[in-house]
Amino acid sequence: MAETIKLTIDGKEVEVKEGTSVLAAAREANIDIPTLCFLKEINAAGDCRMCIVEIEGRRGFVPSCITKVEEDMVVRTNTPEINEARRVILDLILSTHNRECLTCVRNGNCELQTLARQFGIQEIEFEGEKIEAKIDDLSPSIVRDTSKCIMCKRCVAACKNVQNIGAIDVAGRGFESRIAATNDESLNNVNCVFCGQCIEACPVGALKEKDDTKLVWRKINDKDTVVLVQTAPAVRVALGEEFGMPIGTNVEGKMVAVLRKIGFDKVFDTNTGADLTIMEEANEFIERFTQNKTLPMITSCSPGWIKFIEMNYPELLGHLSTCKSPQEMFGAILKSYYAEKEKIDPKKIFVVSVMPCVAKKFERSREELKNNELDNVDAVLTTRELARMIKQANIDFVNLPDEKFDSPMGDATGAAVIFGTTGGVMEAALRTAVETITGEELKKLYFEDVRGTKGIKKAAIKIGEIEVKVAVAHGLANARKILEEIKQGKADYQFVEIMACPGGCVNGGGQPIVSSKIRSEVDVKTLRAKALYSIDEAKTIRKSHENPVIKRLYEEYLEKPGSHKAHELLHTTYGERDKYSI
Amino acid sequence: MKSLEEIRKIREEKRKELDLRVNLNANTREKHILVCHGTGCTSSKSPKIIENFRNILSEKNIENVRVIQTGCFGLCAKGPIVIIRPEDTFYAMVRPEDCEEIINTHIVEGKIVERLLCKDIDNSVVQRLDELTFYKKQKRIALQNCGIIDPENIDEYIAFDGYKALEKVLFEMSQDDVINEITESGLRGRGGAGFSTGKKWFFTKIAEGKQKYVVCNADEGDPGAFMDRSILEGDPHSIIEAMMIAGYAVGANKGYIYVRAEYPIAVHRFQTAIDQAKEYGILGENIFGTEFSFDLEIRLGAGAFVCGEETALLESIEGRSGRPRLKPPFPANSGLWGKPTLINNVETYANITKIILNGAKWYNSIGTENSKGTKVFALGGNVVNVGLVEVPMGTTLREIVYDIGGGIPEGRKFKAAQTGGPSGGCIPEEHLDTPIDYESLMQIGSMMGSGGLIVMDDSKCMVNLAKFYLGFTVDESCGKCNPCRIGTKRMLEILERITEGEGETGNIEKLETLAETIKKASVCGLGQTAPNPVLSTIKYFRDEYVAHIEDKKCVTNECKALAKMEINSEKCKRCGLCAKNCPVGAITGDRENGYVIDTEKCIKCGLCASKCHFGAI
Amino acid sequence: MNCKCGCENYKDEKLENILQKYNQDKGNLIQILNEVQVQYGYIPKYVQKRISEYLDMPMAEVYGVITFYARFTLKPKGRYNIAVCLGTACFVKGSEKILDKVKEKLGIDVGETTEDGKFSIEATRCIGACGLAPVFTINDEVYGKATPEMVDKILDKYINE
Repeated sequence: MAETIKLTIDGKEVEVKEGTSVLAAAREANIDIPTLCFLKEINAAGDCRMCIVEIEGRRGFVPSCITKVEEDMVVRTNTPEINEARRVILDLILSTHNRECLTCVRNGNCELQTLARQFGIQEIEFEGEKIEAKIDDLSPSIVRDTSKCIMCKRCVAACKNVQNIGAIDVAGRGFESRIAATNDESLNNVNCVFCGQCIEACPVGALKEKDDTKLVWRKINDKDTVVLVQTAPAVRVALGEEFGMPIGTNVEGKMVAVLRKIGFDKVFDTNTGADLTIMEEANEFIERFTQNKTLPMITSCSPGWIKFIEMNYPELLGHLSTCKSPQEMFGAILKSYYAEKEKIDPKKIFVVSVMPCVAKKFERSREELKNNELDNVDAVLTTRELARMIKQANIDFVNLPDEKFDSPMGDATGAAVIFGTTGGVMEAALRTAVETITGEELKKLYFEDVRGTKGIKKAAIKIGEIEVKVAVAHGLANARKILEEIKQGKADYQFVEIMACPGGCVNGGGQPIVSSKIRSEVDVKTLRAKALYSIDEAKTIRKSHENPVIKRLYEEYLEKPGSHKAHELLHTTYGERDKYSI
Repeated sequence: MKSLEEIRKIREEKRKELDLRVNLNANTREKHILVCHGTGCTSSKSPKIIENFRNILSEKNIENVRVIQTGCFGLCAKGPIVIIRPEDTFYAMVRPEDCEEIINTHIVEGKIVERLLCKDIDNSVVQRLDELTFYKKQKRIALQNCGIIDPENIDEYIAFDGYKALEKVLFEMSQDDVINEITESGLRGRGGAGFSTGKKWFFTKIAEGKQKYVVCNADEGDPGAFMDRSILEGDPHSIIEAMMIAGYAVGANKGYIYVRAEYPIAVHRFQTAIDQAKEYGILGENIFGTEFSFDLEIRLGAGAFVCGEETALLESIEGRSGRPRLKPPFPANSGLWGKPTLINNVETYANITKIILNGAKWYNSIGTENSKGTKVFALGGNVVNVGLVEVPMGTTLREIVYDIGGGIPEGRKFKAAQTGGPSGGCIPEEHLDTPIDYESLMQIGSMMGSGGLIVMDDSKCMVNLAKFYLGFTVDESCGKCNPCRIGTKRMLEILERITEGEGETGNIEKLETLAETIKKASVCGLGQTAPNPVLSTIKYFRDEYVAHIEDKKCVTNECKALAKMEINSEKCKRCGLCAKNCPVGAITGDRENGYVIDTEKCIKCGLCASKCHFGAI
Repeated sequence: MNCKCGCENYKDEKLENILQKYNQDKGNLIQILNEVQVQYGYIPKYVQKRISEYLDMPMAEVYGVITFYARFTLKPKGRYNIAVCLGTACFVKGSEKILDKVKEKLGIDVGETTEDGKFSIEATRCIGACGLAPVFTINDEVYGKATPEMVDKILDKYINE
């Protein structure tokens, strides 16, 4: 048991655990302190100086986010002097900021805007030189606008510390300080994996996804194009947040309804693609396992992860499953099997994916994924972009009646839906692999050991007589640890699931952005994951190989998992990639 | 490797041999020609002087004369300086071509070269160094050996009690004894903040941890301060010895000295000193046969003033950008690589061996009640004797500026003195009699700082000066925290507007508001003190600010945009050179009626003023 | 390793010799950069890349450190680097005018290099020759007690050589 510490904050006696920050202690006592650069579990640097407080016996103001409580500490958070200093600092930050708020993607969901409102800032007292405006929109995934950057460095912390990438860092010094990739290059030319965790961390509009909504609107309005949309599992448990619904609300039915209203010709579920992925991946694993091929096998659904291994561990590419990701598999099927069935010219099909991810935008552009010279997926929208389209279409999302996905590709299992969270792919694969190998029905579908937010999870699964050891890692810092184990020959597991984002797709770089304050109070990724697990539980079919759509697909078209046709459409190759093309 | 006995023997024998360096009546047939080889004199060709002396001596086969390169003598204004011992003849502003004459006249004929002697403030000709008023009020403790020994010769250091304090500490004192001695001496950090050195050592000693470090902060960045460099150049072993004593006291066996890469001579001398100390077995394992081991490494700074801040310095030694860390934890508990670390600056260390050898009582008998010992100042700006001075704490500014510094040149008037560099403030004439110590400087809105002391005459605009210092801070701000990163920039912009004639009523108040927030809310000392030059000039020279803002006037004409070009008809000789040179044809007139400047056309380029032979513009 | 920066000497012996002196500890970054700066006159991109590989740290971090410290430059300096001291002692004695003159004379700003690569201008912090203030240097040569006229004359010599 940790010791408790007693201190006084604004005259109130507070008792908290040892090691708590003054900020957290104040919040426990319902005393709010404004913050800007602080982001729980990601960044606590005391740089922005918004969270300053007075502590008796200490000189000047002290940042509460990184100051630990001490016994008998006397803290004041709300004196006229502190408030005046905070106001001046906020004024200064605003003075450097490109205040085109009305046309900013973060209008209404901007932490700086919130603070300005809270402090009642009506004019900027200390106007002066602004930070040089440079827009980097060369990458297919991420757009950076330095004129909006307020140097909180949350993005750097996410990139460097959480993801262990370090594509961006602080360059220069003083007023010339800036967040930059090496040599002020575009993210497109450096070691960025496009996971988008920087976007999730950004309190303002300095980082955002490359917006594809205009392109999608154009295709929807084009009568000659058949626009098919598929939605990833994690989207349905986050989209509601954009419309004021609680974090972790499942809005699958409304989402389907709204996509139809927006004008997509058919609304499908990427989950079907996920079920297909499980079939192929489980088959590949069994094959590798029984034929003593390269092990451990590592999942390949997460495009940020794929870019990461291609850049950083090309020597381990043989461990990657050759399976395309669910969106790509599904796109490939839509443009072949489905097109044939519906008698549509595949060239006229435009497949849109709604993803919790910005790296998917990059993935869809990968040349080697093409079939018959056609991309499997033509445009990727993030959850945020979809929300934007819904608002543009002036649809009352919250009050929409639920609708169902379109047949014949609309059915998916509980196994597929948990793809959206860390451990989900592993669990889904195990459900299928175990039954395939043993030929017996699984009594217990849960694999608790692979659930939860622990960075690296390991488990041993009994499959009949044999034992398969598995590992699950999420967040690229953890992925690196796994790869180092493999590299050093210390890996005693045979099957690994890796997702680039901490918590998996529910916390992907394309998901609704939750403010620092709320992130301090609730664990967003756990709430969203919980919603996915409830969907799984409510399903009658919870194993991919039992999905009737998938069964029919193999019967009518693909023959069996791992067939020649399946390989052609559903598998891919990887290659070494330069970290820096500068 | 040398045994303790061997080192003692060197000390004894070498001391006898070098007696002429400090004893006018030394019983010797030798003469030593000491040539200053500090950065200042080196810039004015002292290496060439040394070379010439040596060549001439060998050509003429003169024996018993040695040419010694020494550290800085302090009187940089008169450099390059040559001193001949034992008679202590002081030759100033010596040029390489003077060497022959010095040898012929002084060495061979035994006569003084009168024309190279130096004039004192009262215009009297001075023969000996210690006769100069410049030196009379000084007390050299930190600079004791500078200018006396050859810094690249460890034996010369040993001769003047070098490594004797270390010996005393290792054989006669416990760790606590050392810390008590330092604490009792009253020595405070010479880097600026003035924290008790003994306490710092104590905190590092009691901090938990097996591995501890000792660091010397030689990232002297204060523009106009060069005392630390001079000590490193003139007496590097004294710093090595002090760091070893500190290492012994706090329980550290590894030291780093962080030196500006812009100090190539200092770096070279220090590295030479380390190498020699290692060769003698003074640095290394089981020093003097005791349990104590110590290793020392140089780390080069790469041009960032903020690295003088101790936590930024630690970051830099660890290979990162020098952005300060939050304190607490203090380096004493969590410093280099998270280990307890003692950081002192060069001048602080330079006092240690003397305190150990002469005792805390001796040291704390010098100075004022709360500021003990001496302080070295780099005296510069509009003062006759530019150079390095070391005075007891409590000496007044007036004594330094007038008695030691020789007052203001060119018959101008004193306007202000600036101490503490970009962290300090301007001190006006009314406070000239303030005794210099940490507290009294604070009280008048300045601070000790590292020891830059810049004198300004009445041709200097105080608003422009504040702008200069703030420009420096803005350039050197690390950018970590908002108050400093943006706040100082905004202050600078306001000052720029004021000096450009675009100041507005309310600007002074704006500066004050910003200053208040920057002082209280910045992460480190750089930000917390950045507004001082502005605040102190507002405090003492508010009228000048008001004149700039309201009347668009700069009394000194330093602010070009506010300057009005005028021809003084009394001084004007009507030569017409100004009109001929004016690039925009703003000057009209003739020999008969004189010349006038059309202020509408004038672009204030100043060309006319620079061409005028009579100072009429 | 293929390199797209266009340089030919990616496996640069001079560089490898510098690297060899240091173990692959990130803490050595500044020391390595200091040596590169001295030997190359600046820090070329391919060198940054190699250092980042050697110390196993992202290039953005290496770049961050390079751009933090004034001593490190990304572009080669001119054959003649003119450094004007802007320390306080020099400032008080009029170094601004000296700098202005140098800029005017060469038509470039601080931190820039003339197109022919002959001259570059640097504004330095105190170089410690306060007794000679105001001071400027051309490479290793120190010019003290400078006046704008003196700058004019001295630079002419270099320009016309």
